[in-house]
Amino acid sequence: MGTSAEEILGATRREGKRLMDLWWQEMTEAAQTGRPTAYVFAMGSMAELLRTFDFVLNFPEITSLQIAVRGQSQAYIQTAEDYGFSPDVCGYVKADVGLQLRQGEHPYGKVPRPSLVVTSNVCNTYIKWSEIWEHLYGCPVFVVDLPGWRGRDSADLDGETFHNDARYVLGQLQELIGLCEQVTGKRFDVDRFREHLAEANRMAELYHAVCETNRHVPAPFNAVVEGVTYQGIAHLYRGSPEGSRYFQQVLREMQERIRLGMAAVPDERFRLVLVGTTCYSHFRRFVELFASWGGVFVHSTYMVFAGGGFVPGFAYDLSRPLESFAERMVTAAYWGYTGSMFYQQDWLDDVVRRWHVDGICFHGVKSCRTVSTGLPDVREWMRVQRNVPGLFIQSDLVDPRLWSDAQVKNRVDAFFEALAAHKAARR
Amino acid sequence: MDELERIFDDLRALVEDPSFPAVRRWLAQNPGGKVVGSFQVFFPEEIAHAAGMLPLKIAGAGGTIQVRQADARIAAFVCSIVRSSLELALSGRLDFLSVMVIPNICDAARNACGVWVRSFPHMRVETLYHPHNAASAHAVDYLTGEYRRIGRILEEVGGRPITDEALRASIALFNENRRLLREVYRIKRETPWLLSAVESYLLVRSAGLMPREEHNALLRRVLELLPQRPVKKQDRIRVVFEGGFCEQPALDMLAVIQNACYIVDDDLMIGLRWITEDVPLEGDPWRNLADSYLNRSSYSPVQRDPRKPKAEMLLRRIRESGAEAAIVAAAKMCEPGLEEQVHYARALEAAGIPHLVMEFEESMTVFEQVGMEVETFAESLLFQFA
Repeated sequence: MGTSAEEILGATRREGKRLMDLWWQEMTEAAQTGRPTAYVFAMGSMAELLRTFDFVLNFPEITSLQIAVRGQSQAYIQTAEDYGFSPDVCGYVKADVGLQLRQGEHPYGKVPRPSLVVTSNVCNTYIKWSEIWEHLYGCPVFVVDLPGWRGRDSADLDGETFHNDARYVLGQLQELIGLCEQVTGKRFDVDRFREHLAEANRMAELYHAVCETNRHVPAPFNAVVEGVTYQGIAHLYRGSPEGSRYFQQVLREMQERIRLGMAAVPDERFRLVLVGTTCYSHFRRFVELFASWGGVFVHSTYMVFAGGGFVPGFAYDLSRPLESFAERMVTAAYWGYTGSMFYQQDWLDDVVRRWHVDGICFHGVKSCRTVSTGLPDVREWMRVQRNVPGLFIQSDLVDPRLWSDAQVKNRVDAFFEALAAHKAARR
Repeated sequence: MDELERIFDDLRALVEDPSFPAVRRWLAQNPGGKVVGSFQVFFPEEIAHAAGMLPLKIAGAGGTIQVRQADARIAAFVCSIVRSSLELALSGRLDFLSVMVIPNICDAARNACGVWVRSFPHMRVETLYHPHNAASAHAVDYLTGEYRRIGRILEEVGGRPITDEALRASIALFNENRRLLREVYRIKRETPWLLSAVESYLLVRSAGLMPREEHNALLRRVLELLPQRPVKKQDRIRVVFEGGFCEQPALDMLAVIQNACYIVDDDLMIGLRWITEDVPLEGDPWRNLADSYLNRSSYSPVQRDPRKPKAEMLLRRIRESGAEAAIVAAAKMCEPGLEEQVHYARALEAAGIPHLVMEFEESMTVFEQVGMEVETFAESLLFQFA
């Protein structure tokens, strides 16, 4: 490994691109050969289990996001709206419907048809989205129902609520295994499953270690820019040796950046958390608006709820793989998904303290109620209860028609002016 | 004014009064009594009743109040019912609530639960996870556990244990209510001229706003009076109204539709009619409630049950009610409703069933456009059927 800044910065980026290209190659080949493909979602993907059956995994959130980053989402969304979908429906869904109606032709390759759809209720729109494929292709759809955070009843991981939930999830996983056996004609191999769990354990540990490096001042990576790649690889390669190797490399690079005093944003002045997601149709611009003020995103709720379902401190117990897998699903649903989205004040409180955060950016996504509904309320809670300033801006995930550059810039600029005054007053 | 008209006038006043007068009456008669609010779509009210509490269905405020404070807490692109329900609480109109339960029906509702938790630290606010894998062999066991969890919370708040006997007695009371409401819908289907869409709506909606004992007595009296009503059948098309499972259209919107059509079936306030048969009284009452939610129940866009493909369920509703057409509505910003609407419209098209697609909002105040659309739709069909 080189030590010059350019070499260090380039290595992880190059490897991330190579892995992403490999995934697209696999998908495109599957579209030609008919290899069994499972459509799954970022939250609750069950990748470790599906890998045991050799499914190609398609993540439609990722393919939709990539359409937007390539600047082509408007045309795809328009196709879905012409089909009947309302402007108020999730932009990811509509970009994907446009993709499906174009026979899977994507700017990066070809998306195969689903042999099986596996979803969860972590985002309820996932279920409606899956039903669209069910209508289009008549493919089997399996919902793994993951009961989420229920206040004090969920706090006790030895309690009745947790055990009731874990039993329910385990039962569903056994049903899903039966369905996978039917679809692929393969028997479930518990030893292969165990190997995937072991790899996921390694990756989870490394993923958290990478997130922790950003507690350093200045932050070595931007949780929005690099963070998106990390999440992408965490999903596509979770449970595989390639995935663990990648995060080993990322961790080394971050440690090296810290050693060399390299910062993700030169002249870091403000440390921020992003709540929600960015706007992928204006991805570069979104980041630039903050970076131009010396603002770096040191963490994001996205890296938690969409970060592979890893729960800090949780490792699969390989001696009871399926039970342990069910338990991780439940804890991820409690803490990672619903905890960081619907009851996010506790998570924010912790991150503000440990990552030395100056302010929070709440990005309301017009077509995504999952990440957006309660943002104004959380912003107010953090301001009043914790004296942490928050910015609330609004656009969309992938719909460029909902991005208003002048409005967003005005609000961002005003926020930084206020943030500077606030920071000075706290000194 | 005859007795029926007076009853419907009173019910309209009750439904449109955001101060919840029937609840306040109950509290006056039951000093220290506890009220359990629940959001759409379904909540097993029997559990609250068996705990000696009054279950209250919170289904938005219609256009009766102005949403001010809630807009500062919830993003503007969220459906109206989530915002107006919160406004009811923030404005002090729900100060009598001891517990609020918000089922996990959609992403906005689940977020709303977090907002309620932060906004009302002295109220017990709970989310209730109904299974989204309704066909799983494990769903009944899970839901039984979840109902018992809610039961434990109500016992804690109410300070009184929920015995199996008490729960069975409550189930019997609610079974009677469900039977009477089924009778209301039989009349809608068979003799829709005897009962307008607005009137039948008031009969259903009021179930969630007053003690069920009172509501049962009211329904019995209405059902006694209806056959004697001096009204004649008119030449109107028979339609099913679909899309009112959560946010509710304004009463005036239903009135505009009923001026042109007979609404012979619908999914308005479907949660109060969710269980379609009697809940068994023998055996474990908790399990019986869970089993009935999953296996003796209606359908809606917010429940995933592969045994109940929704477009097919709508076609069945149309067939069984003898409807000639459908109005497929969706509340503005309601993602599940809007997504389902596409499937519904395509299935209706494939089946050759005329349909009208529309959006609504509970706080709508102008109905000329809706009226014109429905009249044009109805007239074109009358001409076609003639």
